[in-house]
Amino acid sequence: MDKRSEMHRRERRRYVIGYGGSLLLTLAMFGVAHLFGIETTGVYLTIGLLGLAQLVLQLVYFLHIDRRRSSREDLHLVLFSTMVLLIMILGTVWVLGNLAIRMHMHVM
Amino acid sequence: MTSTETGFLGRLSWDALPIAGLLQDPSANEIVANAAAGVVIVGVIAVVGLLSWFRLWTPLWRDWLTSVDHKKIGIMYVVFAIVMLARGVLEGVVMRAQQAAGPGDGFLEAEHFAELFSTHGTIMIFFVAVPFVFGIANYVVPLMIGARDVAFPRLNQISLGLTVSAGMMLMVSLVVGRFSTGGWTAYPPYTGAAFNPGVGPDYWIWAIVVSGIGTTLTGINFAVTIYKMRAPGMTFMRLPMYCWTIICSSILIVFAMPPLGVAALMLAADRYLDFHFFTNDLGGNMMNYANLFWLFGHPEVYLLVLPAYGIYSEVFATFSAKRLYGYNSLVIATMSIAVLSFTVWLHHFFTMGQSALINAVFGIATMLIAIPTGVKVYDWMATLWRGRIRFSVPMLYGLAFLMLFVIGGLSGVILANPTVDYQVHNTLFLVAHFHNVLLPGVLFGLLAAYNYWFPKAFGFRLNEFWGRATVALWTIGFLLTFMPLYFVGLMGMPRRSFSYDDPSFHPFMIVAIIGALVITCALFSVLIQLWVSIRDREKTRVPVGDPWDGRTLEWSIPSPPPPYNFAIIPQVKDRDDFAAAKERGIAYPTPDAYEDIELPRNTGIGFILCVFSGVWMFALVWWIWWLAALMTVLMILAVIIWTFDDSTEFTIAAEEVRRDHEAWLSLVHSERAVDRDYETSPENRGLARPDLEAVT
Amino acid sequence: MKRAPTHSYPGINLGERHASADKATEVVTFGFWVFLMSDLVYFGLMFAIYITMIDAQAGGPGPHELFDLKSVFAQTLILLTSSLTVGLAMLALKYNLPRGRIILWFGVTLLLGLSFLVLELRDFMAMAEKGGVPQRSGFLSAFFGLVPLHGLHVAAGCLWLIVLGIQLRAKGMTDLIISRVVRLALFWHFLDLIWIGIITIVYFGGLTYG
Repeated sequence: MDKRSEMHRRERRRYVIGYGGSLLLTLAMFGVAHLFGIETTGVYLTIGLLGLAQLVLQLVYFLHIDRRRSSREDLHLVLFSTMVLLIMILGTVWVLGNLAIRMHMHVM
Repeated sequence: MTSTETGFLGRLSWDALPIAGLLQDPSANEIVANAAAGVVIVGVIAVVGLLSWFRLWTPLWRDWLTSVDHKKIGIMYVVFAIVMLARGVLEGVVMRAQQAAGPGDGFLEAEHFAELFSTHGTIMIFFVAVPFVFGIANYVVPLMIGARDVAFPRLNQISLGLTVSAGMMLMVSLVVGRFSTGGWTAYPPYTGAAFNPGVGPDYWIWAIVVSGIGTTLTGINFAVTIYKMRAPGMTFMRLPMYCWTIICSSILIVFAMPPLGVAALMLAADRYLDFHFFTNDLGGNMMNYANLFWLFGHPEVYLLVLPAYGIYSEVFATFSAKRLYGYNSLVIATMSIAVLSFTVWLHHFFTMGQSALINAVFGIATMLIAIPTGVKVYDWMATLWRGRIRFSVPMLYGLAFLMLFVIGGLSGVILANPTVDYQVHNTLFLVAHFHNVLLPGVLFGLLAAYNYWFPKAFGFRLNEFWGRATVALWTIGFLLTFMPLYFVGLMGMPRRSFSYDDPSFHPFMIVAIIGALVITCALFSVLIQLWVSIRDREKTRVPVGDPWDGRTLEWSIPSPPPPYNFAIIPQVKDRDDFAAAKERGIAYPTPDAYEDIELPRNTGIGFILCVFSGVWMFALVWWIWWLAALMTVLMILAVIIWTFDDSTEFTIAAEEVRRDHEAWLSLVHSERAVDRDYETSPENRGLARPDLEAVT
Repeated sequence: MKRAPTHSYPGINLGERHASADKATEVVTFGFWVFLMSDLVYFGLMFAIYITMIDAQAGGPGPHELFDLKSVFAQTLILLTSSLTVGLAMLALKYNLPRGRIILWFGVTLLLGLSFLVLELRDFMAMAEKGGVPQRSGFLSAFFGLVPLHGLHVAAGCLWLIVLGIQLRAKGMTDLIISRVVRLALFWHFLDLIWIGIITIVYFGGLTYG
C-alpha cells in the first residue's frame, strides 16, 4: 500500500508540475503582450514560442506522451498527425497566400 | 438564407414532387425524372411487400439490422453498394445518351443533366466505392488477421447506419425536390445561397457530412483493428498485403475526411446562417473551398484504390500459386503512396492562378506517385512470372486491370504536367482519365474480391461462365465508353456539357453510348451470375472452406465461417501462414482444448441512428427546424441511454464450439482433396491439394 | 462489481500500462487517440482558414475593436485549472480514493467548464454589440467557425462529465466506467491544447496581423 501511495504522490506531482509550468508560460505570454504591445513580428514570435512550449509541456505532463516504450505508439501517432497537419496547414497558407498576393486581395 | 418564413413543414410543399412538373409540362425531360422517381417508389414498395409476404421482418431485424457481426455488416455494405451502383450506372447511360443524341440540346434540360452528373459522381464515390471497399474489408480483414471481430463492433454498426441513411437522402432527392446541380465537388459560389437557393446543395451537404462521419468512424475502427487485434505471431511483416492496404486506407480516411467535413459544414454555414466563407462579397473566398475539397479529394482516390491494389495482390498470388513477389517493396510502396497522396492536392486546380513555382512543386509531387505505383505493377507482373496461372474470374479482372490501369496511370502522369493540364483542364480527357483509373482500378478490384471471397461468405462458388462473361462485358464496355472520351477531350470538348455544336464530336459519342449499353449489360450480367449461382448452389458447395488453394488465414476456416470465426485463435508462424501450413502438412490441426467465447451482443443503436439521422437530414434540407432540433436531441439521448447498457457481450460455451468445430474437422478429413485442374468442377468441395511443385 | 483489476488501471499511458492493463482498455484508448487526431485535423484546418481570412475584414470591425484580452486571460486560467482537476479526478479513481473525492473533482471540473462557457458567451455577445457578427465579414465567419467549435467541444465535455458522474453513482467504479473516465480526461486535456492554439493564433495572431 505504501508503494501505491508513493506512486500516487509522484503522479500527482507530475500534474502539479505541468499545471505550474503551464501557468507560468501563460503568464509570460500575456505579460509579454502587455509589456511590449502586440504589434511586431518579434513579439509575436516570442508569444508563439511560449505557446509551443506550453503545448509540449502539456503533452508530456498531462497527456504523458514521451519516448518511453509504453507510450511510443501514441508518440508515433501524434508525430504522424503533426506531419500531415503541417502539410495541410502550411500548404494551404502557401497556396492561398500566393493567390492573395497575385490577385491583390490585401489592398482593401 | 434567402427567406426565414417557415411554416410547420418548412419549405416543403406539393410542388416538390416531380409529378407536379410532369403535369405542368409533359416533356421527355419530365418523363425521365418521373420514371426515376417511380423506380424508387416501386422499389421501396416491392421490398416492403416481399418482406411482408415472406414474413421476413423478424429475421431481418434479428439477424441483420441489429447484428454487430462484422461479416453481416460487410455483406450489408456490399448489397447497399450494388444497389447504388445500379443507379449510378444507369445515370451514366442517360448522360451518354444525351450527348449521343447529337449536336444540339438532346432530350434533357440543362438542369436535369447537371443533376445527373452531380448524383452520378456523388453516388459512385461516396455510396458505391466507399461502402463496397469497406464492405469487403469488413468481411475479410478480421478473418485475415485471425480476430473474432473488429475492434469496435458496435461502432461498426453505427458507421453502416450513417452511410446508409446518407445514401437514402440521394434516393429521397429523386422523389422529393431536386438534388444539387453543382457536380460532386459542389464548388461555391455556384452552390451558395445567392445562386442556388433551392434544396439541391443542401441534400448534397448533409449526405456528405453524415456519410463522412460514418466513414471516419470506419477508418478509426479499421486502423485500430489491424493495429491491435492481430493474432499472436502475426507481426507487421507477416500481415497479408490486403490488410496493409486497408490500414493505409484507414489512415487516409482518418486524416482526409475532416477537410471534406470542414468544407461542407462551412458551405452549410454560408447557406443557412449567412456566413461569408465562400461568398462573393464581404471577404468570402471561394478558392478556400477548392483547396479544402481537394485536401480531401486527392487522398480519397487513394483510399479507394489502395484496397483494390491489396485485393489484386491476394488474387495474383493465389491464382499464380506463388508467394507474392516483392512483399517488402509492396509494403513500402503502399505507405509511400499513402503519404504522398497528402502532398498533391493542388493538381486538381492548377488553373486557379497560383504561381508557376507552386504548380511545378505539386506537379512534380504528383509525378512522384507514379514511382511506387510502378513498383507495384512490376511486383505483380513478377508474381505472375513462372507462376501456375489459372484464368479464374478474379484473375481475369486482375489481368484486365494490369493492362488498362497502366493506360489510366500514364494519362495521369500527362495531366500532372501543369502546362498540359492548362490545355485539357475541364475537358472530357480528364473524365476519361479518372474513369480509366476508377473502373479498371477500383471497380474491377471490388468485383474480383466479390468473386474471390463469395464462396467464403456463402459457402458456394459463383458461376464461372457468367463471371467470365461479366469480365468481358465490363472490359469491352469500358473501352468503348471511355477511350473515345480521351479523343474528344483532346479535341476540346468540355466535361459536364449537356449540349455541343461541333459535329465532329458526334461519332465518338455514338461509340461511347454503345459502350455504355455494354456496361449496362455487364451490370445485368452481375445479377444473372448471382441468380444462376444461387440456383446451382448444390453443385458448387465448398463447406471445407478453401476452394482456391488460398494462402491466408481466412481460407483455414469453414465456409461460411461460424459467428466467432476461429474456434481457436491461430498462432501465426509465417507470412501466408495457411499456405505454409498446407505445405508442411500441418493445416487443420485438432485443438487440445476449447474455451468459452465472448461475442458482442446485438444492438439496435445503428438502426436507430440511421433513422434519426435520416429524418434529421431531411428536416434540415427542408427547413423544418422543430423536427431537426427534435432529432438532434433524440440522437444525443439515444447515445446516452445506450451507454447505460452494460450487458454488451454474450458467451458461446466451449462445449458448443467443440461440437461444431469437430464436426467440421471430421468433414475435412472425409472430403477428397482436389488439385487445381478440378477447381471449377463440383468435386471441389473446398479442400485443396497443395501444388507442391509450384511452391518452389 | 468487478473491482479486482482496478488498481492496475492506467492513467493515460502511465507506467506499466502495457504490461498489466486490460487489453480492452488499451484498444479503446488507442482508438480514442486516433479519433482525437482526426478531430485535430478539423481544428487545424479551421486555423488555416482563419489565417487565410485574417485580412478579409471587408471594412467591418477587426481584432483590435473586438478582442478582450482580459476575458481571454481569465478563460485560459479557468480551462487550464480544469485540465488539472480532471487529471486529479482520474488519479483519485486510479488510486481508489473514496468516491466522494472523485465526485468532488468531477464537480469542480464541471463548474470550471461551465464558467469558461459563460465567459466565452459573454465575449461573443460583447462582440455582437460592436457589430462583430459572423455575417459581417469573412474574417468574422472564420472566427465564429473556429472558437465556438471549441466551445461546442467543451459543452460536449460537460455533458459527458454529467453523464459519467451519474453512471459513476449508479454503477460504481466498474472497468468500463474507469476506461471512460480515462478517455474523458484525454478529451479534456486535448481541448486545453486546442485552446493554447486559439489564444496564440486567433487572439495574439489576430491582434498582430489583423
